[in-house]
Amino acid sequence: MDILIALIPFLPLLGAALNGLVGARLPERVVGWLGSGTVLLSFLFSVYLFAHLHGGAEPIRTTLYTFLAVDSFHVDFAFLIDPLSVWMMLIVTGVGFPIHVYSIGYMHGDAGFWRFFAYLNLFIFSMLLLVMGDNLVMLFFGWEGVGLCSYLLIGFWYDNRAYGKAARKAFIMNRIGDLGLLLGLFLIFDIFDSFAYADIFSRLPVLRLDPAVLTIIGLLLFVGAIGKSAQIPLFTWLPDAMAGPTPVSALIHAATMVTAGIYLVARCHPIYSLAPTALEVVAFIGLLTSLVAGLIALCQNDIKKVLAYSTVSQLGLMFVALGMGAYAAAMFHVTTHAFFKALLFLGAGSVIHALGGEQDIRRMGGLRRALPVTYWTFLLATLAISGVPLLSGFFSKDEILANTFAGAGTGWWVLSALGGGLTALYMSRLLFVTFFGNFRGTEEQRAHLHESPRVMTIPLVVLAVLSVAGGLLNLPHLLHVPGAEWLAHFLSPSVGESRPAHLLSAQTEWLLMGAASLLALSAIAWAYWAYAVRQSVPKDEAALSRWERVLAGKFYFDEFYDWVIVRPVERLSQLLHYYADVWAIDGLVNGVGTAVQRIGVEFRRLQNGNIEYYLLGMVVGAVLLFLSLWL
Amino acid sequence: MALLLVLLPLIGSIVLLASRALPARMVASGIALANLLLTGFLLMGFQADGRYNYEVSLPWIPQAGVAFRLGLDGISMLMVLLTNLLAPLIVLSIGTRDYDREGRYYGLVLLMLAALNGVFMALDGLLFYVFYEMALIPIYFICAIWGGENRIRITLKFFLYTFVGSLFMLVALLAVYYQSPSDGVAAHSFAWEALVAAELDARTAGWVMLGFFLAFAVKMPLFPFHTWQPDTYVSAPAGGTMLLSGIMLKMGVYGVIRWMIPLAPEAWHVWAPVFLGLAVFGIVYASLIALKQSDLKRLIAYSSIAHVGLIAAGVLVWNKTGMQGGLLQMLAHGINVVGLFFVADALERRVGSRALFDMGGVARSAPRLAALYFIVTLGAIAVPLTNGFAGEFLLLNGVWKYHYALGAAAGLTIILGAAYMLRAYGLAMFGAAGPYTEATPDADRRELIVLGCIAALVLVLGFFPNWALALTDGSVNRILGAVQL
Repeated sequence: MDILIALIPFLPLLGAALNGLVGARLPERVVGWLGSGTVLLSFLFSVYLFAHLHGGAEPIRTTLYTFLAVDSFHVDFAFLIDPLSVWMMLIVTGVGFPIHVYSIGYMHGDAGFWRFFAYLNLFIFSMLLLVMGDNLVMLFFGWEGVGLCSYLLIGFWYDNRAYGKAARKAFIMNRIGDLGLLLGLFLIFDIFDSFAYADIFSRLPVLRLDPAVLTIIGLLLFVGAIGKSAQIPLFTWLPDAMAGPTPVSALIHAATMVTAGIYLVARCHPIYSLAPTALEVVAFIGLLTSLVAGLIALCQNDIKKVLAYSTVSQLGLMFVALGMGAYAAAMFHVTTHAFFKALLFLGAGSVIHALGGEQDIRRMGGLRRALPVTYWTFLLATLAISGVPLLSGFFSKDEILANTFAGAGTGWWVLSALGGGLTALYMSRLLFVTFFGNFRGTEEQRAHLHESPRVMTIPLVVLAVLSVAGGLLNLPHLLHVPGAEWLAHFLSPSVGESRPAHLLSAQTEWLLMGAASLLALSAIAWAYWAYAVRQSVPKDEAALSRWERVLAGKFYFDEFYDWVIVRPVERLSQLLHYYADVWAIDGLVNGVGTAVQRIGVEFRRLQNGNIEYYLLGMVVGAVLLFLSLWL
Repeated sequence: MALLLVLLPLIGSIVLLASRALPARMVASGIALANLLLTGFLLMGFQADGRYNYEVSLPWIPQAGVAFRLGLDGISMLMVLLTNLLAPLIVLSIGTRDYDREGRYYGLVLLMLAALNGVFMALDGLLFYVFYEMALIPIYFICAIWGGENRIRITLKFFLYTFVGSLFMLVALLAVYYQSPSDGVAAHSFAWEALVAAELDARTAGWVMLGFFLAFAVKMPLFPFHTWQPDTYVSAPAGGTMLLSGIMLKMGVYGVIRWMIPLAPEAWHVWAPVFLGLAVFGIVYASLIALKQSDLKRLIAYSSIAHVGLIAAGVLVWNKTGMQGGLLQMLAHGINVVGLFFVADALERRVGSRALFDMGGVARSAPRLAALYFIVTLGAIAVPLTNGFAGEFLLLNGVWKYHYALGAAAGLTIILGAAYMLRAYGLAMFGAAGPYTEATPDADRRELIVLGCIAALVLVLGFFPNWALALTDGSVNRILGAVQL
């Protein structure tokens, strides 16, 4: 069993190493299937472990070796297989595998084909370390590792300087969060004298800590989550990250890596449950991000940027769930979101592929006839994310909204539901502008319009099935069907039973569910009327009203950071170099040198070789000596 | 055995400096490799419980309590390993350029190797001082003869600055010596144990610590004693820069661990806050300056000031995580900085310039060089599972334990370090090729060997750092225990 567990992350690492070392000399077919095959094996092994745990087995802890040890400051390279980690493993490898397969088609003919698969596999390795680690330092390994892979893949087409900058921006903004996480780790060690989850959570009730300390820990960890999961104020890297090839956006910037922050909070829920203030902050940041990103998404015209802001917004919603203490609900939305958001990105990739690289939806339109599979799967994903009843997103979002109502009251519910309504609006706008109406691209593009090859469409269909049926994983208990709330029960050993919505009456829950569905459906209907029936096309920049311009300009976060942080720091760098370093400090050092030299020149005059002069000096010296004794 | 580590390169250097007929490259590589093998051999039979292994003590000036005494505890062993691991790589890398009178160059490198091994093994205060100064002479000539623009002025400044610093150390050493107990023959003794046993009053201890600090702070260098360093690193030939940054600056940190604090612990409470303030301020200060540098070598030079500032801070807090982190990071930093300067030199040879803005697009034409450079960069920005991580993690924790605010400030290095390193990498490797980089040749065989070894070390030490910690664990306990703060 230990070997099997270790193989799960190390197989993709092996794939990365092989493709990285000799991939350039292998044919595409071999590279692609080596990359995908290792992930498939990891997935199958994860399924085996899942079945094992589902059969009622205890969580498994397995140590490979001691990574570092300085007395009690001890870090094992060790894995913990419990419901939460196995569930994340299933998502990472289960969604990762179809995305790998899809990439075989999408990256076909790219000079860096082998490099792409090496990086993707390295990402899977890092992400698996993150979720499988049995201690916070292992999580940190994966945490930084996925950031690194994200950097490599955003900047994959490195000839383009702008892509390279986007990659660096993502890495550095993540590192800002990482510093918070690192300090959180140190504080945890100071208090619990261990990094291992088992030790920390078992010592937690015994220690009777000041809630203020736990709040600080919770907030420091959350700073890390803000960076990784692209929340306000560290969210601006994610839209830029769309510079990477589209399968990367699907895998890393939608389905898996960006949910690491959710995983972190869910994993550390015993700490958060004792730190209500930290949870309030989590919920507040989540809600704010959800609304801000949803509004921005309304006015974006790049197909991938819309999806990127949608991801930011959905992640915000997940943090709202965490903030309510509904950890299982957040994990449920992580799951369904992985399905439909990965599908949306892959569908967008299929569109971009068909149009020869075009990403502006204003130059698309009417694509449903030319790309039927892409269209139907994209449609299902859009309906799912919008919360249309019975699709996966409906159930997971409803779960979050019900918990928000129960946990924080009507006001919070209205705002969260509004976030959901915005989702339906910008997603259906995207759908109708892209696939309905007339084609607005060039004649050349029209001639080349084609559905993607099967290696790309089959993953779309697989993910579409999951997006539709994903709700079955965790049907609301209202329905009184067997298997209701299955996922919550499965995860409860890891994330607890906390679910405020259980306090609500069935009537209230039905009412909330109906209201949210109505909101989603009317948003879709409005978008259908505006973009499919009236066939209006998003306006050009110049024609935007002032408010639309603010939204299209993303509330000017980037400009603000540029003026307040980036430029001053760069200016400071130059000032320190020229004035502090070269002029002041080095000038002082040189000054001492020159002064010594000058003094040397003066003293040399004394050594003039004139005996009388020396004698005079001697006599004066002797007199002074006597005088000093006498005085 | 330990003596051979000094004698072998010493003989080699004398032979090379005296005779011009020999194939200098072969002789130097052979001796460097022999020293590496010898180090491996010493490592195999090593007892890592904190005592001295392979101790030799020859009478030198018994009337004054001076002995030629060498020995290796875990800390020394790690430093000797670092020195002799990097030496063959440095010797090999010198061969990538044709130097005038290269026999002398290699001879001086070997002399340097002898002195460095001596510094890290000396258990006698005066012997330590002699080796410490002896290391300065060959590097002075290397920089002054084979250096670039303004080499005479820059090298003289470097020499005078470090030499003056060392004089303060000599005075401090003598001050402790005159308080040391008798060894039975002479009234006082330079033996490490005797110097540690010397009881100093608070005032003397303060001056002694300051004297040592000046010498070591200049050598490392720490803010604000660092201004000789960027110029010297830029102007020195690549081999000299590697020797300086990879190994020689560790003499300063080692000196703090072995001599400065153990000899004057009474002054730690007074001076540590000041020194730590300088070290941590220097981390942020040098990182900020590195952010906008356009000369690749100068950028690496400033990054080295930042990294060494963190190592010094971890050592100065004088707790176990900090100390272990510092030792581990010295090994990692040595490997990384040698790799970085090697890449900088490889690029300079190809592009004909060190300016980042003259580069760009190298990844396309020289993918192997780009990939290996990337691995070294990862080590330098301490990505987990590369060699930079474990040390930095321990160091930051050590500083955090001393004071959380200081730890948080030092932690800024993980953001700023990523910013300047990735900026340099992006400017050099990514983007479209410029006029100088259109047909950059990829790494040749010699370069692949050097960089391949370095990249392998980055990863192996990254996955498995604990053996190095185990090597020094006993000695760190012993030295922490021997010092009553």
